Amino acid sequence: MTVRIFIPRDAAALALGAENVAMAIAQEIAARGLDATIVRNGSRGMHWLEPLVEVETDGGRIAYGPVKKGDVASLFDAGFANGGEHPLCRGKTDEIPFLRQQTRLTFARCGVTDPLSLSDYRAHDGLRGLQNAIAMDPAAIVAQVTESGLRGRGGAGFPTGIKWKTVLEAAADRKYIVCNADEGDSGTFADRMIMEGDPFVLIEGMAIAGVATGATKGYVYTRSEYPHAIAVMEQAIEIARANGVLGPSVLGSKHAFDMEVRTGAGAYVCGEETALLNSLEGKRGLVRAKPPLPAHKGLFDCPTVINNVISLASVPIVMDKGAAFYRDFGVGRSRGTIPIQIAGNVKHGGLYEAAFGLSLGEIVDGIGGGTASGRPVKAVQVGGPLGAYFPRALFDTPFDYEAFAAKDGLIGHAGIVVFDDSVDMLHQARFAMEFCAVESCGKCTPCRIGSTRGVETADRIAQGIEPEKNRELLADLCNTMKYGSLCALGGFTPYPVLSAMNHFPEDFSPATVVQAAE
Amino acid sequence: MNVHLNAADVSTRTRAIVAGCKHLEGPLLPILHEIQHEFGFVSQEAVPVIASELNLSRAEVHGVVTFYHDFRDHPAGRHVLKLCRAEACQSMGGEALAERAKKLLGIDWHQTTMDGAVTLEPVFCLGLCSCAPSAMLDGAVHGRVAASDLDDLIAEARQ
Repeated sequence: MTVRIFIPRDAAALALGAENVAMAIAQEIAARGLDATIVRNGSRGMHWLEPLVEVETDGGRIAYGPVKKGDVASLFDAGFANGGEHPLCRGKTDEIPFLRQQTRLTFARCGVTDPLSLSDYRAHDGLRGLQNAIAMDPAAIVAQVTESGLRGRGGAGFPTGIKWKTVLEAAADRKYIVCNADEGDSGTFADRMIMEGDPFVLIEGMAIAGVATGATKGYVYTRSEYPHAIAVMEQAIEIARANGVLGPSVLGSKHAFDMEVRTGAGAYVCGEETALLNSLEGKRGLVRAKPPLPAHKGLFDCPTVINNVISLASVPIVMDKGAAFYRDFGVGRSRGTIPIQIAGNVKHGGLYEAAFGLSLGEIVDGIGGGTASGRPVKAVQVGGPLGAYFPRALFDTPFDYEAFAAKDGLIGHAGIVVFDDSVDMLHQARFAMEFCAVESCGKCTPCRIGSTRGVETADRIAQGIEPEKNRELLADLCNTMKYGSLCALGGFTPYPVLSAMNHFPEDFSPATVVQAAE
Repeated sequence: MNVHLNAADVSTRTRAIVAGCKHLEGPLLPILHEIQHEFGFVSQEAVPVIASELNLSRAEVHGVVTFYHDFRDHPAGRHVLKLCRAEACQSMGGEALAERAKKLLGIDWHQTTMDGAVTLEPVFCLGLCSCAPSAMLDGAVHGRVAASDLDDLIAEARQ
């Protein structure tokens, strides 16, 4: 029987040399005349082991990693094609604790299947959700999504079903499904991993959204920084179209739905939904005032569902296994699972999907294994550049929308960036303001001007110029930005700034204080 | 990439690109991406052509071109090195790596080396935050970039 060897095509694996490893493995297979074939899968999410190569055996898949090009010959010498012992062998992939302890619903197939094999997708329960949906009344689909408790995974946490209901009830001859794949937050890569590792689940989720709301056209708006994801998504859409998953008759039903990928152009603010819609229309990515809501007047003024990649990719399992199945995971009003992205200065970085409710400490110290540098963890930024910095003292905070909000933070897109004790929190606060200044769309004053004044004020604190007065000024400026900005860019930049200042006041007290500012 | 373009040539090729994208809804961004792919940058000569083909004002097109970080108004070097400046990469020494790159190349962000070999650009996140610091050289991604890896990348680009 032909041995199947899995080598990820995920960008993280490629960034760590997967392409060279794949070439070396192909050469060894040819040179040794082995009956083996290479499958380029997505990533399992254990990025400290990438490139993680797996071999399929009778007893399951065996993992080897991190594999370098130079290790390949010795792997074959050790009989790796039959799951042989080798210093890089990690045992059965499914039994690696990092993977075994997860609850993989949205990411069930990611890293397991060939991302561009529709038959693989079907064989792993794919398209069952869409199959169910086309046999249902649109209102019943919306009700099922609502009952599942699924909330927007992009960060805002708005109930997905409610959004869909608004679009379903809006009367229009044209409606759109827009997938927000403009994943610009540092520390996040879940959208990228799904698009590269299981693109059909996103296509299926968007098709279900179309069937449920009467929308016939979908757009995936993603980043130019994600060339690999764009390529995989485009190929997957072609395959889905050729096989009747997309097109004038979705899976042979009376519903039409088609979609395409659109690429942004390096503007972070286009991750904000109304700026994204403007960008899709070919305009500058300026934020729109709400109301009107996109659900009423969205893309080209038509009713539009705009959801994050992970929200849409979580819909197929809800439609396959039912609302209760999904809702039974999680805590409080945070239902289901969340793909936590563990990043930065961390030993075991990667993607960890689990039910809501893990504590921040369990994630950072337990699952992440502490810092990569071996130094103590000083701060953890949760939720991207607009998320708060958490000190160790708040590590008991459970991963849940409301619990984080109660601690003046947000889970955002569930990215966690770990910093060791070498980080200077005043510098991080300054960076948050600088980033906001670079990326501000310019429409509202608090964000456009406040961010630049914020950088200047942080600099004055660092220089020891009237530090007490300038700390007060910075806090006051944050207050203005928080309540006066049009969107989350200006409105949430205060989170990292204020959390840094409140939790790490020692970094905001410069050693030398300059008297007399002028 | 041909950087010695004459206006007539730019106009003809721009028209062809616009014609190929006109059937799309909201075609301007796809057009600009293709123009940059074709010419290496979005030239001043292309703007009025796009505007007239799409029935937009030149100001509208100019506004869009200048809003987005990706679109250049002049050609880049033969290679483009992007280094991530975002938080996850900062936590793993990204700032020191950027300083090293600037020093080695003798340029600052957005500049091109005198020999035209390398343009250095900041990027805010490549989605490789679990293998920081990260870089992209001409579209190829690199993770856990150590100082020596950076030296190799720059040497490769300079050849």
